[in-house]
Amino acid sequence: MEPKGEYYQLDRLLHPPALAPNYKTDVTRSYKYALLSLQNSLSEMTGPVFGHNELGPLDNDLIRNYAKDGDPIGQRIIVHGRVLDENGRPVPNTLLEFWQANAGGRYRHEKDTYLAPIDPNFGGCGRTLTNEDGYYFFRTIKSGSYPRRNFVNNWRPADIHFSIFGPAFAQRLIAQMYFEGDPLIWSCPIVRAIPDDEAIRALIVPLDMNATVPLDCRAYKFDIVLRGRRSTMFENRLEGN
Amino acid sequence: MVQPLNYLRETASQTAGLYVHIGLIPKQVGFDIFENQLGETMVTPQTKGERITIEGRVFDATGTPLCDVLLEIWQANAEGRYNHPEDNQDKPVDPDFRGWGRIGSHFDTGVYRFETIKPGVVRGRNARAMAPHINFWIVARGINIGLNTRMYFSDETEANAKDPVLNLIELKKRRQTLIADRQERDGEVVYTFDIHLQGDQETVFFDI
Ligand SMILES: [Fe+3]
Repeated sequence: MEPKGEYYQLDRLLHPPALAPNYKTDVTRSYKYALLSLQNSLSEMTGPVFGHNELGPLDNDLIRNYAKDGDPIGQRIIVHGRVLDENGRPVPNTLLEFWQANAGGRYRHEKDTYLAPIDPNFGGCGRTLTNEDGYYFFRTIKSGSYPRRNFVNNWRPADIHFSIFGPAFAQRLIAQMYFEGDPLIWSCPIVRAIPDDEAIRALIVPLDMNATVPLDCRAYKFDIVLRGRRSTMFENRLEGN
Repeated sequence: MVQPLNYLRETASQTAGLYVHIGLIPKQVGFDIFENQLGETMVTPQTKGERITIEGRVFDATGTPLCDVLLEIWQANAEGRYNHPEDNQDKPVDPDFRGWGRIGSHFDTGVYRFETIKPGVVRGRNARAMAPHINFWIVARGINIGLNTRMYFSDETEANAKDPVLNLIELKKRRQTLIADRQERDGEVVYTFDIHLQGDQETVFFDI
């Protein structure tokens, strides 16, 4: 087994800051004091472990996992990819959860008042574990875009929300993926809260014809990168004596 | 030109948004899609340790509690050992305690509540003991990247005074923002841990 060291620091210049004022809700919910910089201890380098027996057989099939009397309306797609760390190593057996609007842009959520209809056969959430190679996949329908009040006339690009664990609580992440070719991506204040354009492009997923199932459903590929970690033995006294 | 380092770049964080519940705690919005909701129950009758309840609210800059916030906690067991293969402390794992919980604040009151056990002391950097604590991760609409903080216990005055993390907080009065007050209510131990996202009482958040 390779030696396992501390996690590389979070790249605070790549991630969105606490306050990106065009995303209006940030204004009263962002910290003003500086964050306390903390080197890793066991509290940050460990995290919850999940097992296959905790998931149901349809948890990664959003076309089927809430269907009542037929398939959901919309374009059938597969989303697949790998969870890697900054060193390019796969992150195996880690929990991924995802949620999304239906094809019309409506979430199955009591706070969503958008006039697009609820789809009786679509729940809009799922979960899976990566395999030994960090690979995951799920099947769903392509989500629709929906209006937000960040500006008078502003629409979120079609998105799928992701929650990812990794082996350490320090890697805990929520991200969103967007679809290649969507013209709403660059006018969305939530997307543009990310200060780094290359990091935004890494959330835009390409159509993957090789993974498409002919005559059935198209595929998009989304690779996710979590924080990497040192592998040198020259540790900065994590253990001590 | 120099050789490229060839590290991959992290995937950027995005807000959990208004609809985080359907993805992570769907029961709260009234639909039973999964057989089990992960993180809902932390303790079973077999779990070792002192039963405690942690409750509180998360406030914004105006002093209004957030009714759409999601919290996760991660903690050691009663002996101070994390249920994780990389915890190499010489202490027993409790097979009946994962140490992780997840909850959304109440849609009307903003109150969140965890039922868990009080953790033990965990070895910190340079083998310095860390006072018993629980790691928090907080996400919501308007929070672009998950907030990390820790909750400490008001009845651990001595251990708290020596804790290597609390002692990093220069402004001493801000250390109080991480200490939950212990009370007994109808024979149950309840710790109150309110979190302030902004303002005079702003909680100390960590870059971990
Ligand atoms: Fe969305």
